[in-house]
Amino acid sequence: MALAFEEVVKLADLARIDMTDEELTSLASQLDVILDAVAVVSQVAGDDVVPTSHALDITNVFRADEVAASLSVEQVLAMAPDAEDGRIRVPRILGEAS
Amino acid sequence: MNELTQTSARGLAQMIRDGEVSCEEVTQAHLDRIAEVDGDIHAFLFVDGERALASARRVDAKRAAGEPTHELAGVPVALKDAYVYQGTPTTCGSRMLENWYSPYDAAVVERLQGADMIILGKTNLDEFALGSSTETSAFGPTHNPWDLARVPGGSGGGSAAALAGFEAALAIGSDTGGSIRQPAALTGTVGVKPTYGGVSRWGLVATASSLDQPGPCARNALDAALLHQVMGGYDRRDSTSIKAPMPDVVGAARRQDVSGMKIGIVKQFGGEGFAPGVEQRFHEAIELLAQAGAEIEEVSCPSFDLALAAYYLIMPAEVSSNLARFDGMRYGLQAGDDGTRSADQVMRASRRAGFGDEAKRRIILGTYALSAGYYDAYYGSAQKVRTLIIEDFTKAFASVDVLLSPSTPTTAFKIGERVEDPMAMYKADLCTIPVNLAGNAAASFPAGLSPEDGLPVGVQVMAPALADDRLYQVGAVLEAVLEQRWGGPIWAPLTKEDQR
Repeated sequence: MALAFEEVVKLADLARIDMTDEELTSLASQLDVILDAVAVVSQVAGDDVVPTSHALDITNVFRADEVAASLSVEQVLAMAPDAEDGRIRVPRILGEAS
Repeated sequence: MNELTQTSARGLAQMIRDGEVSCEEVTQAHLDRIAEVDGDIHAFLFVDGERALASARRVDAKRAAGEPTHELAGVPVALKDAYVYQGTPTTCGSRMLENWYSPYDAAVVERLQGADMIILGKTNLDEFALGSSTETSAFGPTHNPWDLARVPGGSGGGSAAALAGFEAALAIGSDTGGSIRQPAALTGTVGVKPTYGGVSRWGLVATASSLDQPGPCARNALDAALLHQVMGGYDRRDSTSIKAPMPDVVGAARRQDVSGMKIGIVKQFGGEGFAPGVEQRFHEAIELLAQAGAEIEEVSCPSFDLALAAYYLIMPAEVSSNLARFDGMRYGLQAGDDGTRSADQVMRASRRAGFGDEAKRRIILGTYALSAGYYDAYYGSAQKVRTLIIEDFTKAFASVDVLLSPSTPTTAFKIGERVEDPMAMYKADLCTIPVNLAGNAAASFPAGLSPEDGLPVGVQVMAPALADDRLYQVGAVLEAVLEQRWGGPIWAPLTKEDQR
């Protein structure tokens, strides 16, 4: 199945990646090839097959609620592009269109 | 070339223990080798010689004081740049993390340090381990020491090339769909993907969390087993770490015995798409194992034909959510914050600038596979195929002890050859992917050089979960009989300098 250009625009938007029209066009044709090759999965797996999300039979593990050493605020903030008053400083988030 | 760089890890540790050579000399020999050849190979993204030598002197002091040291004490090891290690950058081969330093160490790093091993530096990889050739690294490709015009495989091409280039005695990899085994096959080295949960993922930057598994890389089976033993075991910080005793991998590698072992040959992996030279060496390996006393039978795993398709839905789906953490806000690259743009706009600009083409391709493919309207047809169906693959393995292991296949359909391809054709690139992992989807153990061992092009061929051994020891049992026997046949290890031709 061929991916419409608008669909790829929407996917890039959902993935929060700025891309040019040229890049999106080339990506659309590559995705077509890949989706063609992987679409076979939908033809073979019947309703009677239980999906596997993880190879291990995982059950949730709770640890004891004990205070332990962790990274300091300074260590974490040192990685941030910008910080102020013990917090990560980010560009404005209010007044956005979407 | 200093002979120390061709010595096995076990041999180096023994020499250091016996006082024949100091750890500092061993480390210096490897640093000299890196200085000599890495301009051509580009296995390393970062080398910290001073730190490695300081660690080496500590090991020498420990030995001089008569303190007990680990079995691999003093052995130089190369670390894939997907693991965090304080004091060194952790780039994952991406502009996104170009100048990022981790404030903590990976579990694997702690284990290496606990074993008195010497970390030389960080090795090159496909960006965020997304690739099969190390060409998607933002910092340039790694070259295969067998032929510098060819890829060393990927994503862990740097670790494999460091071994084939004699720049390190051991290396650490991580395997999501073949990233340890496929480079091992293409460089004539040994690469092991342990049982999922066998080695802690704490501090390994996540690619696809349900598939990623750290593992050892080496030039021979016993060295790989010794490193596996150092790396493996329970770690409470990894929620998928298995609370079970480690299989005796070192004992299995030392035993070198496959008599009475039942080996299944996977019917699905051969024929069309497989190079004749690869098939020839693979069939010779089967014959040699039969002569060593193994019972050989053909096994059909029909769902393996669907593994590549299922993988290229499940893996990108997990990649798209794992790489969502790179938002340009908390750490990593931030681009386009000129004071007028919103956080959302800066996020989009940062991800544009930080991710390369392959990362973007997989993020968007994963976003598609998970999006409303396509979820059932793609991601849901792929998860069902995952069930079918697990069932094929279960059925097969009811009648055989291990499964065998070529590790890769072809030998090392030329740099640039598959960059514009994603599906051709993805097929390099055809044989290695089923194991990641099912979570069991597998390894690639050298099977000789292809008569077609003189390049290394790998044979893959697959074992049930928590039976990692069987990999080494088969690998060590194969290694011994092949060395006998050729009068030396597969990498012997590389020790002649004019080969490069």
